[in-house]
Amino acid sequence: MFKQANNMLPPGSSENDNEMSKEHKDFLDRLNRKRIYVRVTQIAILIAFFLLWEIAANAGLIDPFITSQPSRMLQTTINLHRDRSLYIHIGYTLMETIVGFVVGTVIGILLAIILWWSEFLARVLEPYLVVINSLPKIALGPIILVWIGAGPQAIIAMALIISLVVTTIGVHNGFKEVDPDKIKLLRTFGATKFQILQKVMLPASISTIVSAMKINVGLAWVGVIVGEFLVSKAGLGHLIVYGGQVFRLDLVMTSVIILAILAALMYQFVSWIEKKLINWY
Amino acid sequence: MVTEDIIVSLRNVSKKYHSLEGETEAVKDLPLEVRRGEFITIVGPSGCGKTTLLSLISGLFMPSAGEILLNGEPVSSTTGHVGYMLQEDHLFKWRTILRNVLLGLEIKGTLTAQSKEKAEALLRKYGLGDFKDHYPHQLSGGMRQRVALIRTLAIDPDILLLDEPFAALDYQTRLKVADDIWKIIKKESKTAIMVTHDIAEAISMSDRVVVLTKRPAQVKSIHKLDFTCEERTPIKCREAPEFRVYFNRIWKELDVHV
Repeated sequence: MFKQANNMLPPGSSENDNEMSKEHKDFLDRLNRKRIYVRVTQIAILIAFFLLWEIAANAGLIDPFITSQPSRMLQTTINLHRDRSLYIHIGYTLMETIVGFVVGTVIGILLAIILWWSEFLARVLEPYLVVINSLPKIALGPIILVWIGAGPQAIIAMALIISLVVTTIGVHNGFKEVDPDKIKLLRTFGATKFQILQKVMLPASISTIVSAMKINVGLAWVGVIVGEFLVSKAGLGHLIVYGGQVFRLDLVMTSVIILAILAALMYQFVSWIEKKLINWY
Repeated sequence: MVTEDIIVSLRNVSKKYHSLEGETEAVKDLPLEVRRGEFITIVGPSGCGKTTLLSLISGLFMPSAGEILLNGEPVSSTTGHVGYMLQEDHLFKWRTILRNVLLGLEIKGTLTAQSKEKAEALLRKYGLGDFKDHYPHQLSGGMRQRVALIRTLAIDPDILLLDEPFAALDYQTRLKVADDIWKIIKKESKTAIMVTHDIAEAISMSDRVVVLTKRPAQVKSIHKLDFTCEERTPIKCREAPEFRVYFNRIWKELDVHV
Protein backbone atom coordinates (compact mmCIF):
# COMPACT_ATOMS: atom_id res chain seq x y z
CA MET A 1 0.00 0.00 0.00
CA PHE A 2 2.62 2.43 1.16
CA LYS A 3 4.89 1.58 -1.74
CA GLN A 4 2.11 2.22 -4.21
CA ALA A 5 1.42 5.63 -2.77
CA ASN A 6 5.08 6.43 -3.19
CA ASN A 7 4.97 5.84 -6.89
CA MET A 8 2.73 8.82 -7.32
CA LEU A 9 5.33 11.22 -5.97
CA PRO A 10 7.75 12.88 -8.36
CA PRO A 11 10.95 10.90 -8.88
CA GLY A 12 13.70 11.62 -6.41
CA SER A 13 11.48 12.32 -3.46
CA SER A 14 10.41 8.69 -3.12
CA GLU A 15 13.89 7.57 -2.05
CA ASN A 16 13.93 8.67 1.56
CA ASP A 17 10.22 8.99 1.90
CA ASN A 18 10.10 6.40 4.65
CA GLU A 19 11.83 8.66 7.16
CA MET A 20 10.19 11.86 5.94
CA SER A 21 7.93 13.62 8.40
CA LYS A 22 4.52 14.84 7.31
CA GLU A 23 5.62 18.41 7.84
CA HIS A 24 8.62 18.03 5.58
CA LYS A 25 6.51 16.31 2.94
CA ASP A 26 4.04 19.19 3.01
CA PHE A 27 6.89 21.62 2.67
CA LEU A 28 8.24 19.83 -0.42
CA ASP A 29 4.75 19.62 -1.89
CA ARG A 30 4.29 23.34 -1.38
CA LEU A 31 7.58 24.07 -3.13
CA ASN A 32 6.65 21.77 -5.96
CA ARG A 33 3.25 23.37 -6.34
CA LYS A 34 4.74 26.84 -6.48
CA ARG A 35 7.14 25.73 -9.19
CA ILE A 36 4.25 24.35 -11.23
CA TYR A 37 2.20 27.56 -10.82
CA VAL A 38 5.10 29.64 -12.13
CA ARG A 39 5.60 27.38 -15.14
CA VAL A 40 1.88 27.24 -15.95
CA THR A 41 1.58 31.02 -15.79
CA GLN A 42 4.59 31.44 -18.06
CA ILE A 43 3.09 29.17 -20.68
CA ALA A 44 -0.33 30.79 -20.32
CA ILE A 45 1.12 34.24 -21.03
CA LEU A 46 2.79 32.94 -24.18
CA ILE A 47 -0.39 31.28 -25.46
CA ALA A 48 -2.55 34.27 -24.54
CA PHE A 49 -0.21 36.63 -26.38
CA PHE A 50 -0.35 34.72 -29.65
CA LEU A 51 -4.03 33.96 -29.28
CA LEU A 52 -4.96 37.62 -28.74
CA TRP A 53 -2.74 38.59 -31.64
CA GLU A 54 -4.51 36.12 -33.90
CA ILE A 55 -8.00 37.09 -32.74
CA ALA A 56 -7.29 40.82 -32.97
CA ALA A 57 -6.00 40.41 -36.51
CA ASN A 58 -8.97 38.31 -37.60
CA ALA A 59 -11.42 40.73 -36.02
CA GLY A 60 -9.81 43.63 -37.84
CA LEU A 61 -8.70 45.36 -34.64
CA ILE A 62 -5.15 45.44 -35.97
CA ASP A 63 -3.98 45.42 -39.56
CA PRO A 64 -2.20 42.11 -40.30
CA PHE A 65 -0.45 43.76 -43.23
CA ILE A 66 1.51 45.80 -40.72
CA THR A 67 1.50 43.53 -37.67
CA SER A 68 1.34 40.13 -39.34
CA GLN A 69 -0.43 37.41 -37.39
CA PRO A 70 0.51 33.97 -35.96
CA SER A 71 -1.32 31.91 -38.59
CA ARG A 72 0.41 33.81 -41.40
CA MET A 73 3.75 33.39 -39.67
CA LEU A 74 3.15 29.68 -39.42
CA GLN A 75 2.30 29.59 -43.13
CA THR A 76 5.47 31.55 -43.91
CA THR A 77 7.52 29.09 -41.89
CA ILE A 78 5.97 26.17 -43.75
CA ASN A 79 6.68 27.81 -47.10
CA LEU A 80 10.27 28.48 -46.12
CA HIS A 81 10.54 24.88 -44.99
CA ARG A 82 9.09 23.58 -48.28
CA ASP A 83 11.64 25.32 -50.45
CA ARG A 84 14.38 24.50 -47.95
CA SER A 85 15.47 28.15 -47.81
CA LEU A 86 14.61 28.21 -44.09
CA TYR A 87 17.55 25.95 -43.34
CA ILE A 88 19.92 27.81 -45.62
CA HIS A 89 19.17 31.09 -43.85
CA ILE A 90 19.36 29.57 -40.39
CA GLY A 91 22.53 27.73 -41.36
CA TYR A 92 24.29 30.90 -42.52
CA THR A 93 23.32 32.94 -39.49
CA LEU A 94 24.13 30.16 -37.04
CA MET A 95 27.49 29.43 -38.62
CA GLU A 96 28.47 33.10 -38.62
CA THR A 97 27.40 33.56 -35.02
CA ILE A 98 29.15 30.48 -33.70
CA VAL A 99 32.39 31.15 -35.54
CA GLY A 100 32.36 34.83 -34.54
CA PHE A 101 31.56 33.96 -30.93
CA VAL A 102 34.16 31.20 -30.57
CA VAL A 103 36.96 33.05 -32.36
CA GLY A 104 36.15 36.31 -30.54
CA THR A 105 36.19 34.56 -27.17
CA VAL A 106 39.40 32.62 -27.83
CA ILE A 107 41.33 35.60 -29.19
CA GLY A 108 39.93 37.77 -26.38
CA ILE A 109 41.23 35.35 -23.75
CA LEU A 110 44.60 35.07 -25.48
CA LEU A 111 44.93 38.86 -25.52
CA ALA A 112 44.04 38.96 -21.82
CA ILE A 113 46.79 36.42 -21.14
CA ILE A 114 49.29 38.52 -23.09
CA LEU A 115 48.29 41.63 -21.10
CA TRP A 116 48.73 39.68 -17.85
CA TRP A 117 52.06 38.33 -19.01
CA SER A 118 53.52 41.71 -19.88
CA GLU A 119 52.68 44.46 -17.45
CA PHE A 120 54.48 46.88 -19.74
CA LEU A 121 52.18 46.04 -22.63
CA ALA A 122 49.12 46.25 -20.37
CA ARG A 123 50.07 49.75 -19.29
CA VAL A 124 50.89 50.89 -22.81
CA LEU A 125 47.67 49.54 -24.30
CA GLU A 126 45.30 50.62 -21.53
CA PRO A 127 44.12 53.94 -23.06
CA TYR A 128 43.73 52.32 -26.48
CA LEU A 129 41.60 49.55 -25.05
CA VAL A 130 39.40 52.07 -23.27
CA VAL A 131 38.82 53.99 -26.51
CA ILE A 132 38.21 50.90 -28.62
CA ASN A 133 35.89 49.51 -25.97
CA SER A 134 33.73 52.62 -25.87
CA LEU A 135 33.58 52.93 -29.67
CA PRO A 136 30.33 51.49 -31.06
CA LYS A 137 31.85 48.71 -33.15
CA ILE A 138 28.98 48.86 -35.62
CA ALA A 139 30.52 52.07 -36.94
CA LEU A 140 33.37 49.92 -38.23
CA GLY A 141 30.96 47.93 -40.44
CA PRO A 142 31.59 49.81 -43.70
CA ILE A 143 35.36 49.70 -43.12
CA ILE A 144 35.27 45.96 -42.64
CA LEU A 145 33.21 45.58 -45.81
CA VAL A 146 35.70 47.54 -47.87
CA TRP A 147 38.67 45.74 -46.41
CA ILE A 148 37.61 42.12 -46.47
CA GLY A 149 34.74 42.18 -48.93
CA ALA A 150 31.01 41.61 -48.65
CA GLY A 151 30.15 38.09 -47.57
CA PRO A 152 30.07 35.79 -44.58
CA GLN A 153 33.69 36.62 -43.72
CA ALA A 154 32.74 40.28 -43.15
CA ILE A 155 29.80 39.26 -40.97
CA ILE A 156 31.99 36.95 -38.90
CA ALA A 157 34.50 39.78 -38.51
CA MET A 158 31.68 41.99 -37.25
CA ALA A 159 30.64 39.43 -34.63
CA LEU A 160 34.25 38.85 -33.64
CA ILE A 161 35.20 42.48 -33.26
CA ILE A 162 32.14 43.29 -31.21
CA SER A 163 32.95 40.64 -28.57
CA LEU A 164 36.73 40.73 -28.62
CA VAL A 165 37.58 43.79 -26.54
CA VAL A 166 34.88 43.09 -23.95
CA THR A 167 36.33 39.63 -23.42
CA THR A 168 39.88 40.90 -23.15
CA ILE A 169 39.01 43.57 -20.61
CA GLY A 170 36.71 41.28 -18.59
CA VAL A 171 39.14 38.37 -18.39
CA HIS A 172 42.13 40.62 -17.71
CA ASN A 173 40.23 42.20 -14.81
CA GLY A 174 39.41 38.69 -13.60
CA PHE A 175 43.11 37.84 -13.62
CA LYS A 176 43.86 40.95 -11.57
CA GLU A 177 41.40 39.84 -8.91
CA VAL A 178 43.14 36.52 -8.26
CA ASP A 179 44.39 36.50 -4.66
CA PRO A 180 48.07 37.55 -4.68
CA ASP A 181 48.71 35.14 -1.79
CA LYS A 182 47.74 32.23 -4.04
CA ILE A 183 50.35 33.38 -6.53
CA LYS A 184 52.85 33.82 -3.69
CA LEU A 185 52.17 30.25 -2.58
CA LEU A 186 52.94 28.91 -6.05
CA ARG A 187 56.06 31.04 -6.29
CA THR A 188 57.39 29.59 -3.04
CA PHE A 189 57.12 26.19 -4.74
CA GLY A 190 59.33 27.68 -7.46
CA ALA A 191 56.58 28.01 -10.08
CA THR A 192 57.33 29.52 -13.48
CA LYS A 193 55.09 32.20 -14.95
CA PHE A 194 53.50 29.63 -17.24
CA GLN A 195 52.77 27.35 -14.28
CA ILE A 196 51.16 30.24 -12.41
CA LEU A 197 48.94 30.82 -15.45
CA GLN A 198 48.07 27.18 -15.80
CA LYS A 199 47.63 26.22 -12.14
CA VAL A 200 45.95 29.28 -10.70
CA MET A 201 45.15 32.16 -13.07
CA LEU A 202 43.06 30.21 -15.58
CA PRO A 203 41.19 27.91 -13.19
CA ALA A 204 40.53 30.75 -10.76
CA SER A 205 39.13 32.84 -13.62
CA ILE A 206 36.75 30.22 -15.01
CA SER A 207 33.70 32.05 -13.68
CA THR A 208 34.92 35.35 -15.18
CA ILE A 209 35.55 33.64 -18.49
CA VAL A 210 32.12 32.04 -18.52
CA SER A 211 30.36 35.31 -17.71
CA ALA A 212 32.34 36.90 -20.54
CA MET A 213 31.07 34.10 -22.77
CA LYS A 214 27.49 34.73 -21.70
CA ILE A 215 27.78 38.38 -22.69
CA ASN A 216 29.53 37.41 -25.92
CA VAL A 217 26.73 35.15 -27.10
CA GLY A 218 24.40 38.14 -27.13
CA LEU A 219 27.03 40.41 -28.69
CA ALA A 220 27.85 37.90 -31.42
CA TRP A 221 24.18 37.85 -32.45
CA VAL A 222 24.15 41.64 -32.60
CA GLY A 223 27.27 41.61 -34.75
CA VAL A 224 25.89 38.99 -37.12
CA ILE A 225 22.48 40.58 -37.60
CA VAL A 226 23.98 44.02 -38.16
CA GLY A 227 26.46 42.47 -40.58
CA GLU A 228 23.64 40.77 -42.45
CA PHE A 229 21.68 44.01 -42.56
CA LEU A 230 24.66 45.62 -44.27
CA VAL A 231 25.66 43.06 -46.84
CA SER A 232 24.38 39.57 -46.98
CA LYS A 233 22.45 37.58 -49.50
CA ALA A 234 21.36 34.98 -46.96
CA GLY A 235 20.69 34.65 -43.27
CA LEU A 236 17.96 35.69 -40.87
CA GLY A 237 19.19 39.29 -40.78
CA HIS A 238 18.94 39.33 -44.56
CA LEU A 239 15.36 37.97 -44.38
CA ILE A 240 14.41 40.69 -41.90
CA VAL A 241 15.84 43.51 -44.02
CA TYR A 242 14.47 42.06 -47.23
CA GLY A 243 11.04 41.50 -45.68
CA GLY A 244 11.03 45.11 -44.47
CA GLN A 245 11.98 46.46 -47.89
CA VAL A 246 9.26 44.58 -49.76
CA PHE A 247 6.78 45.15 -46.92
CA ARG A 248 6.30 41.50 -46.08
CA LEU A 249 5.91 41.78 -42.34
CA ASP A 250 5.07 38.05 -42.15
CA LEU A 251 8.62 37.31 -43.19
CA VAL A 252 10.06 39.87 -40.77
CA MET A 253 8.08 38.62 -37.78
CA THR A 254 8.78 34.96 -38.55
CA SER A 255 12.49 35.64 -38.79
CA VAL A 256 12.50 37.58 -35.54
CA ILE A 257 10.75 34.74 -33.72
CA ILE A 258 13.16 32.14 -35.13
CA LEU A 259 16.04 34.41 -34.15
CA ALA A 260 14.70 34.71 -30.60
CA ILE A 261 14.44 30.94 -30.29
CA LEU A 262 17.96 30.35 -31.64
CA ALA A 263 19.53 33.01 -29.43
CA ALA A 264 17.80 31.58 -26.36
CA LEU A 265 18.96 28.05 -27.22
CA MET A 266 22.53 29.21 -27.64
CA TYR A 267 22.42 31.05 -24.33
CA GLN A 268 21.11 27.91 -22.65
CA PHE A 269 23.94 25.97 -24.23
CA VAL A 270 26.52 28.34 -22.75
CA SER A 271 24.80 28.08 -19.35
CA TRP A 272 25.03 24.32 -19.66
CA ILE A 273 28.76 24.57 -20.42
CA GLU A 274 29.10 26.83 -17.39
CA LYS A 275 27.57 24.17 -15.16
CA LYS A 276 29.82 21.48 -16.61
CA LEU A 277 32.94 23.61 -16.15
CA ILE A 278 32.10 24.52 -12.59
CA ASN A 279 31.49 20.89 -11.69
CA TRP A 280 34.70 19.90 -13.38
CA TYR A 281 36.83 22.47 -11.59
CA MET B 1 67.43 15.32 20.40
CA VAL B 2 68.00 18.67 18.73
CA THR B 3 71.24 18.47 16.87
CA GLU B 4 73.44 21.50 16.91
CA ASP B 5 73.86 21.96 13.17
CA ILE B 6 72.62 25.20 11.70
CA ILE B 7 70.09 24.91 8.88
CA VAL B 8 69.35 28.56 8.22
CA SER B 9 71.62 31.43 8.91
CA LEU B 10 71.02 35.09 8.20
CA ARG B 11 74.17 37.16 8.09
CA ASN B 12 73.48 40.82 8.77
CA VAL B 13 70.59 40.86 6.37
CA SER B 14 69.09 44.22 5.34
CA LYS B 15 66.13 44.86 3.11
CA LYS B 16 64.94 48.17 1.73
CA TYR B 17 61.68 48.80 -0.08
CA HIS B 18 61.56 51.45 -2.74
CA SER B 19 58.54 53.50 -3.70
CA LEU B 20 57.83 56.93 -5.16
CA GLU B 21 57.68 58.37 -1.65
CA GLY B 22 61.20 57.17 -0.95
CA GLU B 23 62.84 54.12 0.52
CA THR B 24 61.83 52.24 3.62
CA GLU B 25 64.22 50.11 5.57
CA ALA B 26 62.26 47.01 6.56
CA VAL B 27 65.06 44.91 7.99
CA LYS B 28 68.45 46.12 9.14
CA ASP B 29 71.62 44.12 9.85
CA LEU B 30 69.70 41.19 11.12
CA PRO B 31 71.62 38.12 12.26
CA LEU B 32 69.78 34.89 13.02
CA GLU B 33 70.67 31.24 13.21
CA VAL B 34 68.18 28.41 13.27
CA ARG B 35 69.14 24.89 14.27
CA ARG B 36 67.83 21.80 12.55
CA GLY B 37 64.61 20.59 14.13
CA GLU B 38 64.06 23.82 16.00
CA PHE B 39 60.76 25.67 16.24
CA ILE B 40 61.47 29.34 16.30
CA THR B 41 58.96 32.16 16.46
CA ILE B 42 59.45 35.76 15.49
CA VAL B 43 57.34 38.35 17.26
CA GLY B 44 57.46 42.09 16.91
CA PRO B 45 55.35 45.22 16.58
CA SER B 46 52.95 45.12 13.66
CA GLY B 47 54.44 46.23 10.37
CA CYS B 48 57.98 45.67 11.61
CA GLY B 49 59.06 43.47 8.73
CA LYS B 50 58.32 39.99 10.06
CA THR B 51 56.74 38.81 6.83
CA THR B 52 59.59 40.39 4.88
CA LEU B 53 61.95 38.16 6.79
CA LEU B 54 60.06 35.02 5.74
CA SER B 55 59.93 36.19 2.13
CA LEU B 56 63.68 36.68 2.21
CA ILE B 57 64.32 33.20 3.58
CA SER B 58 62.03 31.66 0.98
CA GLY B 59 63.90 33.44 -1.79
CA LEU B 60 60.88 35.39 -3.01
CA PHE B 61 63.11 38.41 -3.03
CA MET B 62 66.74 39.14 -2.39
CA PRO B 63 68.19 41.07 0.56
CA SER B 64 69.60 44.54 -0.10
CA ALA B 65 72.67 43.57 1.88
CA GLY B 66 73.96 40.57 3.74
CA GLU B 67 73.28 36.97 2.83
CA ILE B 68 71.06 34.08 3.74
CA LEU B 69 72.44 30.58 3.90
CA LEU B 70 70.34 27.47 3.77
CA ASN B 71 72.30 24.33 4.58
CA GLY B 72 75.40 26.42 4.00
CA GLU B 73 74.30 27.44 0.47
CA PRO B 74 73.26 31.01 -0.31
CA VAL B 75 69.57 31.37 -1.19
CA SER B 76 69.29 32.98 -4.61
CA SER B 77 65.79 32.14 -5.83
CA THR B 78 62.67 30.21 -5.01
CA THR B 79 63.49 26.60 -5.64
CA GLY B 80 60.85 24.97 -3.52
CA HIS B 81 63.23 24.33 -0.65
CA VAL B 82 60.79 25.84 1.82
CA GLY B 83 57.21 25.07 2.69
CA TYR B 84 55.27 28.29 3.09
CA MET B 85 52.07 28.41 5.10
CA LEU B 86 50.01 31.56 4.93
CA GLN B 87 47.32 33.13 7.04
CA GLU B 88 44.60 31.46 5.03
CA ASP B 89 44.84 27.91 3.82
CA HIS B 90 44.59 28.93 0.14
CA LEU B 91 43.42 25.52 -0.89
CA PHE B 92 42.25 25.63 -4.50
CA LYS B 93 38.51 25.08 -4.53
CA TRP B 94 38.62 23.44 -7.95
CA ARG B 95 41.00 20.73 -6.77
CA THR B 96 40.26 17.79 -4.52
CA ILE B 97 42.16 17.53 -1.24
CA LEU B 98 44.63 15.06 -2.73
CA ARG B 99 45.22 17.19 -5.82
CA ASN B 100 45.72 20.22 -3.59
CA VAL B 101 48.35 18.32 -1.66
CA LEU B 102 50.08 17.31 -4.90
CA LEU B 103 50.29 20.91 -6.13
CA GLY B 104 53.88 21.49 -4.98
CA LEU B 105 55.06 18.22 -6.49
CA GLU B 106 53.38 19.09 -9.81
CA ILE B 107 55.11 22.44 -9.92
CA LYS B 108 58.50 21.06 -8.99
CA GLY B 109 58.04 18.32 -11.57
CA THR B 110 58.62 15.62 -8.99
CA LEU B 111 55.19 14.03 -9.12
CA THR B 112 55.76 10.30 -9.44
CA ALA B 113 53.75 7.30 -8.33
CA GLN B 114 56.10 7.12 -5.39
CA SER B 115 55.81 10.75 -4.27
CA LYS B 116 52.06 10.58 -4.77
CA GLU B 117 51.84 7.53 -2.52
CA LYS B 118 53.91 9.39 0.06
CA ALA B 119 51.52 12.33 -0.02
CA GLU B 120 48.54 10.00 0.35
CA ALA B 121 50.27 8.31 3.27
CA LEU B 122 50.68 11.71 4.95
CA LEU B 123 46.97 12.39 4.50
CA ARG B 124 46.12 9.02 6.02
CA LYS B 125 48.57 9.46 8.87
CA TYR B 126 46.97 12.72 9.91
CA GLY B 127 43.37 11.61 9.68
CA LEU B 128 42.51 13.00 6.25
CA GLY B 129 42.70 9.78 4.25
CA ASP B 130 38.93 9.55 3.89
CA PHE B 131 38.73 13.10 2.61
CA LYS B 132 41.23 12.89 -0.22
CA ASP B 133 38.54 13.01 -2.90
CA HIS B 134 36.55 15.73 -1.15
CA TYR B 135 36.70 19.38 -2.10
CA PRO B 136 38.03 22.03 0.32
CA HIS B 137 34.61 23.56 1.03
CA GLN B 138 33.51 20.25 2.52
CA LEU B 139 36.14 20.44 5.27
CA SER B 140 36.25 22.43 8.50
CA GLY B 141 38.68 25.32 8.96
CA GLY B 142 40.97 23.25 11.15
CA MET B 143 41.08 20.35 8.70
CA ARG B 144 41.77 22.71 5.85
CA GLN B 145 44.74 24.19 7.69
CA ARG B 146 46.02 20.65 8.28
CA VAL B 147 45.71 19.98 4.52
CA ALA B 148 47.63 23.20 3.88
CA LEU B 149 50.42 21.92 6.12
CA ILE B 150 50.49 18.53 4.41
CA ARG B 151 50.64 20.32 1.03
CA THR B 152 53.89 21.93 2.18
CA LEU B 153 55.19 18.69 3.74
CA ALA B 154 54.55 16.77 0.52
CA ILE B 155 57.50 18.47 -1.19
CA ASP B 156 59.67 17.46 1.76
CA PRO B 157 61.00 20.98 2.41
CA ASP B 158 64.13 21.71 4.43
CA ILE B 159 62.27 24.26 6.44
CA LEU B 160 58.71 25.40 7.09
CA LEU B 161 57.80 29.07 7.13
CA LEU B 162 54.56 29.87 8.91
CA ASP B 163 53.17 33.35 8.41
CA GLU B 164 50.51 33.82 11.10
CA PRO B 165 49.05 30.49 10.09
CA PHE B 166 46.17 30.57 12.57
CA ALA B 167 45.12 34.20 12.31
CA ALA B 168 42.05 33.40 10.24
CA LEU B 169 40.66 30.89 12.75
CA ASP B 170 38.45 31.63 15.74
CA TYR B 171 40.04 31.39 19.20
CA GLN B 172 39.00 27.87 20.25
CA THR B 173 39.78 26.35 16.88
CA ARG B 174 43.03 28.21 16.91
CA LEU B 175 44.30 26.54 20.10
CA LYS B 176 43.38 23.11 18.81
CA VAL B 177 44.78 23.63 15.33
CA ALA B 178 48.01 25.10 16.69
CA ASP B 179 48.38 21.99 18.83
CA ASP B 180 47.68 19.78 15.80
CA ILE B 181 50.07 21.54 13.49
CA TRP B 182 52.82 21.62 16.12
CA LYS B 183 52.52 17.87 16.70
CA ILE B 184 52.70 17.14 12.99
CA ILE B 185 55.75 19.35 12.56
CA LYS B 186 57.50 17.65 15.48
CA LYS B 187 56.54 14.17 14.28
CA GLU B 188 57.98 14.90 10.85
CA SER B 189 60.97 16.48 12.65
CA LYS B 190 60.85 19.62 10.55
CA THR B 191 62.47 22.94 11.29
CA ALA B 192 59.95 25.75 11.50
CA ILE B 193 60.08 29.51 11.57
CA MET B 194 56.79 31.11 12.53
CA VAL B 195 55.72 34.72 12.52
CA THR B 196 52.90 35.82 14.82
CA HIS B 197 51.76 38.72 16.92
CA ASP B 198 50.13 36.43 19.46
CA ILE B 199 52.64 36.18 22.33
CA ALA B 200 50.90 33.24 23.99
CA GLU B 201 50.87 31.31 20.74
CA ALA B 202 54.55 32.09 20.23
CA ILE B 203 55.51 30.85 23.71
CA SER B 204 53.35 27.75 23.60
CA MET B 205 54.83 26.47 20.36
CA SER B 206 58.46 27.55 20.25
CA ASP B 207 61.86 26.49 21.42
CA ARG B 208 63.03 30.06 21.01
CA VAL B 209 61.23 33.34 20.59
CA VAL B 210 62.92 36.16 18.71
CA VAL B 211 61.66 39.65 19.55
CA LEU B 212 62.15 42.25 16.86
CA THR B 213 62.30 46.02 17.24
CA LYS B 214 60.14 48.51 15.39
CA ARG B 215 60.98 49.07 11.74
CA PRO B 216 63.70 48.70 10.58
CA ALA B 217 63.57 45.29 12.21
CA GLN B 218 66.53 44.33 14.30
CA VAL B 219 66.81 41.61 16.89
CA LYS B 220 65.85 43.05 20.26
CA SER B 221 66.20 39.87 22.26
CA ILE B 222 66.06 36.10 21.94
CA HIS B 223 64.31 34.00 24.57
CA LYS B 224 65.13 30.36 24.96
CA LEU B 225 62.15 28.61 26.46
CA ASP B 226 62.24 25.67 28.86
CA PHE B 227 59.16 24.16 30.36
CA THR B 228 58.87 21.81 33.30
CA CYS B 229 55.69 20.18 32.04
CA GLU B 230 56.04 16.45 31.36
CA GLU B 231 54.47 16.55 27.93
CA ARG B 232 55.64 19.50 25.92
CA THR B 233 52.73 20.30 23.65
CA PRO B 234 51.36 23.78 23.00
CA ILE B 235 48.19 23.24 25.02
CA LYS B 236 49.95 21.52 27.93
CA CYS B 237 52.67 24.06 28.33
CA ARG B 238 50.19 26.88 28.58
CA GLU B 239 49.55 25.45 32.06
CA ALA B 240 53.22 25.31 33.01
CA PRO B 241 54.31 27.83 35.69
CA GLU B 242 57.01 29.27 33.41
CA PHE B 243 54.44 30.27 30.81
CA ARG B 244 53.34 33.37 32.66
CA VAL B 245 56.91 34.41 33.36
CA TYR B 246 57.89 34.20 29.71
CA PHE B 247 54.70 35.94 28.73
CA ASN B 248 55.39 38.94 30.97
CA ARG B 249 58.99 39.14 29.92
CA ILE B 250 58.22 39.16 26.20
CA TRP B 251 55.24 41.46 26.67
CA LYS B 252 57.54 44.02 28.31
CA GLU B 253 60.11 43.58 25.56
CA LEU B 254 57.53 44.29 22.92
CA ASP B 255 56.73 47.53 24.69
CA VAL B 256 53.28 47.91 23.19
CA HIS B 257 51.82 51.42 23.17
CA VAL B 258 48.27 51.89 22.08
